[in-house]
Amino acid sequence: MFETLTERLQGAFKKFGSRGIVTEEDLDQALREVRMAMLEADVNFRVVREFTQRVREKALGAEVLRSLTPAQQVIDIVHQELVDMLGGEAPKLATAPRPPTVIMLVGLQGSGKTTSAAKLANLLKKQRLRPLLAACDIYRPAAVDQLVTLARALDVPIHEEGTSAKPAVIAQNALEKAKRMGATHLIVDTAGRLHIDEDMMNEVAELRRLLQPEEVLFVADAMAGQDAVNAAKEFHERVGTTGLILTKMDGDARGGAALSIRAVTGVPVKFIGVGEKADALEPFYPDRLASRILGMGDLLTLIEKA
Amino acid sequence: RGIFGRLTALFEKADFDETIWDELEEILIGADAGLETTTAILDRVRQRVKKEGVKQSVRVREILREELIATLREPGETVPAWSRPDAPSPLVILVVGVNGAGKTTTIAKMAHAFKRDGATVILGAADTFRAAATDQLKVWGERVGVRVIAHQPGADPGAVAFDTLAAAESSRADVVIIDTAGRLHTKSNLMEELKKIDRVIKRKDPTAPHETLLVLDATTGQNGLQQARTFTGAVGVTGIVLAKLDGTAKGGIAFAIAHELGIPVRFIGTGERMEDLAPFDPVEFVDSLLA
Ligand SMILES: Nc1nc2c(ncn2[C@@H]2O[C@H](COP(=O)(O)OP(=O)(O)OP(=O)(O)O)[C@@H](O)[C@H]2O)c(=O)[nH]1
Ligand SMILES: Nc1nc2c(ncn2[C@@H]2O[C@H](COP(=O)(O)OP(=O)(O)OP(=O)(O)O)[C@@H](O)[C@H]2O)c(=O)[nH]1
Ligand SMILES: [Mg+2]
Ligand SMILES: [Mg+2]
Repeated sequence: MFETLTERLQGAFKKFGSRGIVTEEDLDQALREVRMAMLEADVNFRVVREFTQRVREKALGAEVLRSLTPAQQVIDIVHQELVDMLGGEAPKLATAPRPPTVIMLVGLQGSGKTTSAAKLANLLKKQRLRPLLAACDIYRPAAVDQLVTLARALDVPIHEEGTSAKPAVIAQNALEKAKRMGATHLIVDTAGRLHIDEDMMNEVAELRRLLQPEEVLFVADAMAGQDAVNAAKEFHERVGTTGLILTKMDGDARGGAALSIRAVTGVPVKFIGVGEKADALEPFYPDRLASRILGMGDLLTLIEKA
Repeated sequence: RGIFGRLTALFEKADFDETIWDELEEILIGADAGLETTTAILDRVRQRVKKEGVKQSVRVREILREELIATLREPGETVPAWSRPDAPSPLVILVVGVNGAGKTTTIAKMAHAFKRDGATVILGAADTFRAAATDQLKVWGERVGVRVIAHQPGADPGAVAFDTLAAAESSRADVVIIDTAGRLHTKSNLMEELKKIDRVIKRKDPTAPHETLLVLDATTGQNGLQQARTFTGAVGVTGIVLAKLDGTAKGGIAFAIAHELGIPVRFIGTGERMEDLAPFDPVEFVDSLLA
């Protein structure tokens, strides 16, 4: 059955605790449980290694071994360390000094860029702002139709030029149009691409140079595994990502990839996607993801939903 | 080796120490094989290393390679329905999976492969939910040169499946492939909808679908095992397609799925073009993982 990390750590310490003393070896045993939980949550193994080393030092410094509740103390340290790593407050979207604020969505194939573009447009529209969507994916069959359909359903304007113009041309025309129509935001959907695809990475880097966006959001799938760091790192280095949207968090993936991405790029998570519909975008709360990564349930979210 | 060989082996100094196990563990974990499967495989390797008195790290790696290949072969070398001499006609393939895994593209690739081999193929656009999902499959249908049966957005996916099978029957098509909307395995209403599509297909042909393929994104981590488990529970997955193996992810979740659920991998996706599909080869897969 599903055992929470708390239970596992309590189990680990109880075995030794009955002897009256908790040793460094007991602590290492407990940290092995932490490691296991984090690997199950798809946190990259290198990130896990550094993390457990840091927690070990903190635990020794905090004199966990003399504590009457070593399991709880380790949990607290682990949790706090995770929250710190994931960043403090839910970060806001940047705004341009002069509109339009340009937001680009980039990432691997199928991560949820187009859907997230529509969700952002919906969010901004609800705040009585005036977003314009731009369809710069000319490759994926019916990618433009997809964004057009979503825009129409939301009654948000869209700039598209089909699939024969180059993304850079479409983007530039979209920016002109955004200025002309007094849009507050330009949300640019780009094609999914592999981080090792030279041409496609050059293309998206070029888009960034042209658009000078305030936000370049890397859209990552919450189900992603160990390799997430490689893609995120490459995108960050080539395109300068400013934030992360973690999609498909409405499933039961633990979302450890977000922690790894944060650790290697320093880029904060800005939103989480929690469904396929346009309103399924939520602000990001580090403590909730920390609990989820540790397998301690998404209690807060559950409470809020109730 | 004779007795002398074995004796020398005994006195030979091993060129590896205990850290080799950590290294190997990192390779497997880093490939998304998961801690449990990794531990099970490494235990087997360790036992053999002990029993066979292995002293060279090269040999340890060879044993690991053998065990990895064996793990992928655990499900047994069952012949996929389309390769059987008594393949039913039309052969019905249902394609399922979570959102964005690569289902629709994989279907286009399979249609291309079947057509190339001389079969007539009909596709059913039973993703009536996602924006422009039907258009996407239609574009592929045109490119590949196969017929696509589609209804209006929001239509009943079961009805699309039914119509596709009917069209295949009347036009004597060889292969029917049904696309379905992406769905997270945790959504019980959507899983019920999938079961209903499966039932509708069975109503038309009780032996169908002859293959139910789960498309997995090769970048998927440990959640992939849960996906495989739940989709199998709902509609009986007969094979996995590992899409997006052209990236740097290794798709090691396939080991966990083979090991724990006994489901074989049928195809790998290696790009976005219709040609980018290959039959799964355990040896190649393991070699690229260990490379
Ligand atoms: N359940 C769930 N599904 C999502 C979420 N975000 C996106 N999706 C689904 O994931 C699939 C892929 O989403 P897209 O927006 O098309 O992804 P993309 O990154 O634009 O894909 P490409 O353009 O092909 O690279 C679709 O089925 C979406 O409905 C989410 O937060 N939750
Ligand atoms: N690089 C690469 N990209 C792929 C591969 N297979 C699919 N894709 C891309 O992944 C994205 C999603 O593919 P789809 O076929 O639309 O995925 P899907 O599972 O049908 O998505 P939904 O219907 O929204 O759930 C598209 O951009 C595809 O071009 C592959 O093998 N390699
Ligand atoms: Mg897209
Ligand atoms: Mg699809």
